[in-house]
Amino acid sequence: MSFSWAKPYEPKSPFMVWLDERLPLPRLVYGATGGGYPVPRNLNYFWNFGVLAGLALVIQIITGIVLAMHYYATADGAFNSVEHIMRDVNAGWLLRYAHSNGASFFFIVIYIHIFRGLFYGSYKAPREMVWMLGLVIYLLMMATAFLGYVLPWGQMSYWGAQVITGFFSAFPLVGEPIRIWLLGGFAPDQASLTRFFSLHYLLPFVIAAVVILHIWSLHIPGSNNPTGVDVKDEKDTLPFHPFYTAKDGFGVGVFLILYCAVLFFAPNYLGHADNYIPANPLATPAHIVPEWYFWPFYAILRAFTMDFILPAKLWGVLAMFASILLLFFLPWLDRSPVRSGNYRPLFKIFFWILVLDVLVLGYCGGSPADPLYVALSQLAAAYYFAHFLIILPLISKFERPLPLPSSITASVLHGEKQESAPYGLAKSAPAAAE
Amino acid sequence: MATLEQSADGPKGDEVRRRDFINIAAVSFAGVGAVAVVGPLIVQMNPSADVLAMASIEVDLSKIAPGQAIKTSWRKQPVFLRNLTPKEIAEANAVPLSSLRDPQTLAERTKPGKQNWLITMGICTHLGCIPLGTGEGENKGPFGGYFCPCHGSAYDTAARIRTGPAPRNLDVPEYEFTSDTVVQIG
Repeated sequence: MSFSWAKPYEPKSPFMVWLDERLPLPRLVYGATGGGYPVPRNLNYFWNFGVLAGLALVIQIITGIVLAMHYYATADGAFNSVEHIMRDVNAGWLLRYAHSNGASFFFIVIYIHIFRGLFYGSYKAPREMVWMLGLVIYLLMMATAFLGYVLPWGQMSYWGAQVITGFFSAFPLVGEPIRIWLLGGFAPDQASLTRFFSLHYLLPFVIAAVVILHIWSLHIPGSNNPTGVDVKDEKDTLPFHPFYTAKDGFGVGVFLILYCAVLFFAPNYLGHADNYIPANPLATPAHIVPEWYFWPFYAILRAFTMDFILPAKLWGVLAMFASILLLFFLPWLDRSPVRSGNYRPLFKIFFWILVLDVLVLGYCGGSPADPLYVALSQLAAAYYFAHFLIILPLISKFERPLPLPSSITASVLHGEKQESAPYGLAKSAPAAAE
Repeated sequence: MATLEQSADGPKGDEVRRRDFINIAAVSFAGVGAVAVVGPLIVQMNPSADVLAMASIEVDLSKIAPGQAIKTSWRKQPVFLRNLTPKEIAEANAVPLSSLRDPQTLAERTKPGKQNWLITMGICTHLGCIPLGTGEGENKGPFGGYFCPCHGSAYDTAARIRTGPAPRNLDVPEYEFTSDTVVQIG
């Protein structure tokens, strides 16, 4: 694990020597996030988002444990217990808003993290496992977020549970029995709520465990970098601490400012007003949409409106699951040996088209199911699959990448003479420097 | 920039550098933030507003005959309300204060002019069990007041601790008579 020039851990006090021989936990931390973990020196701010996702997970677990002290998962009491948290529990409003907006910020961070990986080719060898474990985390996050959204037992909670478990009923023969098994009844009720709460409490800890695997597998090749060029020697790296602890620290500060801005000034902006109406099994809200982070997938689900060999409903569900499962094969769909999009002129264009495409899907998914939006979803969904299944393999075949820098150091110091001169002095003699 | 600063007239040796100051300031700021976050995480466990809203009750005493006692609930805790007989009052006043573990007179534990109304918490000051002695036929203990079955603390007719492990007399809650027959506790 790690590079040969990584500084070994040296316990400083006799106590630390004693501890190191018995429980080398400080050694583990030092080698993972301390001076003993060399990291490419050229990482930009997009590399903050792994740490930010970790922070978001911690915020969710802490606020969640606290909320569980006041919440009761009964069909009669759940809605009222959430209002009790908002009105009566000391600082309850803060903790609940921190948790509900924390989920949104977790997804914002994770989406940037995923697209960072897509642009810089972080999914390619030797980091396929890092990528796939990341996708597992993402799937677990989606499950956790859905289960959590049901707990307040408002109108959107209830009908969300109804619709999402309804996905399973699309499968022939086994579908309906599976749906009834998941709900513990014929519609969402006490049995569903209790098991959803149990699993919502469990899954974050499963996520934490997979995060450990994700980091473990990352630390074997080490981080990718904006050039995508492999680390060659010690000059290409910096110790994680203090260089990246400081850089991540700055990112954490910016993240917390944005998070608090929403948390304190627009805590309901990302939610739905309908969820402040208690669940009513006899009336569906007029405009039912999931939380914003599911919109692209919701658009793909609704894009299938015609039976074609299989029923439309089944196509929608299959396409929605496939849109994520597809990403597991990405390391083998993109055959280009060049990782970073910075050196792939064609890939770069299609990357940004994909970003736009996902945004269009998101917009359609959040809009009412009008014919116009459905048509747009169909187009965007088709393009989404085409990007991964047709465009990417073709690009990797025909594209001529730009020349890569000989090393990370060479790429960083391309303007070496100007950059290494003391500040303000380089300008005075640029000609001489050349 | 850092290069320029240190090579010019920057400090040498073990003086405090600008960077040390920035480090300490940044980490302290993060520390203050962390402490501020701990606040809500701790106060959320305090009694919530709806619990505190139940903090006072009114009790009608008109149905309690001399020698009888009732048990009611205030803040989810038992309260004993007892109408003492003249004999019980006399017994309580006959005890020399110096012989008591927690010296208090009956007058100090009741309201002036209402010395027959003994209102105390029904919680043994030892470990929190509910003493016997309010109900008809319950064991009132050797001093005719209350007796705690858990560890054998015995209270007298002024609910003062006489024998057993309890350290204090039964606590007297804050209360006042809103009329001759109605008392407000809390």
